[in-house]
Amino acid sequence: MISVSEWRERLESEKAYDLVAELFDKIEKSNLNAYITLNKEEALKKAEEYDEGKKEGKLAGIPIAIKDNISTRNLRTTCGSKMLSNYVPVFDAHVIERLKQEGAIILGKTNMDEFAMGTTTETSYFGVVRNPYDENRVAGGSSGGSGAAVGGGETVLALGSDTGGSIRCPASFCGVVGLKPTYGLVSRYGLIPYANSLEQIGPMASNVEDTALLLEVIAGKDTRDSTNAGKDFTFNPDEIEGKKLKIGIIKEMGGSDEVMEKFSEAVDLIKSLGHEICEVSMPSFKYALAAYYIIAMSEASSNLARYDGVRYGYALDQLESWSKYFSKVRAEGFGDEVKRRIMLGSYALSAGYYGKYYLKALKVRTLVKNDFQRALKECDLLIAPTMPSLPFKIGELADPLTMYKMDVNTVPINLAGVPALSLPIGLVKGLPVGMQIIGDYFSENMILSFALQVEKELK
Amino acid sequence: MITEQDVYHIANLAKIEIRSEEVDKFRREFQSILEYFDILDEVEEDVEPTFQVLPLSNVFREDTPKECLPREEALKNAKHVEDGYFKGPKVVE
Repeated sequence: MISVSEWRERLESEKAYDLVAELFDKIEKSNLNAYITLNKEEALKKAEEYDEGKKEGKLAGIPIAIKDNISTRNLRTTCGSKMLSNYVPVFDAHVIERLKQEGAIILGKTNMDEFAMGTTTETSYFGVVRNPYDENRVAGGSSGGSGAAVGGGETVLALGSDTGGSIRCPASFCGVVGLKPTYGLVSRYGLIPYANSLEQIGPMASNVEDTALLLEVIAGKDTRDSTNAGKDFTFNPDEIEGKKLKIGIIKEMGGSDEVMEKFSEAVDLIKSLGHEICEVSMPSFKYALAAYYIIAMSEASSNLARYDGVRYGYALDQLESWSKYFSKVRAEGFGDEVKRRIMLGSYALSAGYYGKYYLKALKVRTLVKNDFQRALKECDLLIAPTMPSLPFKIGELADPLTMYKMDVNTVPINLAGVPALSLPIGLVKGLPVGMQIIGDYFSENMILSFALQVEKELK
Repeated sequence: MITEQDVYHIANLAKIEIRSEEVDKFRREFQSILEYFDILDEVEEDVEPTFQVLPLSNVFREDTPKECLPREEALKNAKHVEDGYFKGPKVVE
C-alpha cells in the first residue's frame, strides 16, 4: 500500500511522470483485475504538468482510482455491465470536478459488481477482482476494484460507492480504510444510480488520515443533487484529544469465531486507550436485511428502467416494436443478478404487494433509524465487525440469498443514513479483518479521529 | 408459491425477456428470497415510513437559463440516430 505522505516524499526526489508510469507498469502486470479502463495517456500528461510546476491543489500529483459507476467525461464508464460497456459520459460527476480542481491524477476506472449489485465483484461483466492477500479469494464488493487497487498498491487513493456496504466490505477484505459518509454529505451528481435513497460516494485509502483528506475534497455543497446537505468537512483530530468516549458494541452484529477473536482484541485495545465500552441492543436489526433488499430492489427496478437501448448503452442492430426491442436489449445487456433485482423490485412495487413489501420495509427503516438514534444518545460511537467472515473463496457464495446474508452487518447503516468507517484491525490466517465504527449524522470527524487513535495503537 | 406463470408475469412487468430454460432457476430463487422477506410479517409496530433520512423537503434552485448539452454530445452514445434525433423503436403496433 502507498500512503499520501510516502508518495509526496518520493515526489521530492523523483519525477511524477516516472512514478505514475511505474504504477501503470504494475497495474498492467497485475493479476488482481482491479481496473476496467485505464486513463494512461491523460494521467501521464497530468503527471508531466505537475513536473513542469503545476502543483496547486490539496491532491496535487496524487494518483486516484475511480469506481466505474462514477461518471468521468470522455472516459468510458461501464458500471461493470455489458449494458454500458461502450458508454462514454459527456460530463463529470461532482466528485470528479472536485478531484480535478485539487490536482489529483485519475489513473482509471475500477472493477465492480454489475451496477453495484453484489458483495464479491463476481457479478462484474469484466471478471472477478482478486484479493491482494490471496488471489483465490474475492476482494469483496461491490467496490472490489477500488479496494484491491488500494490494498495491492496499484493506486494511492480510491473512490467507491456504498449502497449497503459496498465500500466497507472491500475495505475490510482488502485491509484498507473505507468510509461511507452520512447520506447527503457527498453529492451524488454523476453517480449512476442503483438505489438513490441509500447510496453515497466515499473515500478509500491505506490509512485514516488519507481517508479524511479525500473526504475533505469530495464533501460539500452541490445544488445538482437535491438531497445534498450543503455541508463541508474539515478534519480536526484534536476534537477528541484527551476525551473519554463511550463506545457501544452492537450485540446483534456478530461474526465467525476467527473474526470475533480479532474483534475482541480491538475492544481490549480501545479500553486500554481509556475509553468506556458498553453493549447496546438493536432489536430492529433482525428485520433490517429483508427491508434493505426490498427497498434497494424496488429503487433499482425504477432506476434501471432508463436502459432502453435508445439514447445510450447496449443496443440491437434492428429496431423492432417497442416492447420486443426493450425486453430484448435488457435480456442481453443485463447479467443475472441485475435481472433478479429488477424483477423482484418490480414485483414488490406491483399492485397488491406494495403494502406487504415496500411500505412495510420503509416502516422497518423507521425502526432501524430509531434504534440508532437511541443507541447514539447513550454512546458516542458504535462498533462491530464489518463483515461476519473472512474473505470468501472465489465461487464460494453460489446462491443469491446466501450472498445477501453476508451484508447483515453493513446494511442497517444505509437504512438509517448514518456514517460508518471500516478500519483494518489485523490479520487472521493471513487475511484482513475490519472493524466498523459508526456515528451519528455528520459525526465523520469523531469517527475518523477515533479511528486514527486506534490505528496508531495498532501499529 | 411462485409459479412459472408468475415468473413470466414479473419478467413482463420488468420488460426483461426470459428464455424458457431460465424460468425454473428464477422461480426457485424468487421463491427462497420472497420466503425470506416474509420475516417482515412478524413486525407489528406501526410507525411512519421513512422514504429518505434527511430532514429536507422541496429543495428548489434559481430557475436561470444556462447552456445545455450540445446536440452532437447528447447523441454521441446512441446507436440509432436520424436527422439529429434519437431513433427509437415503433411504439404503436
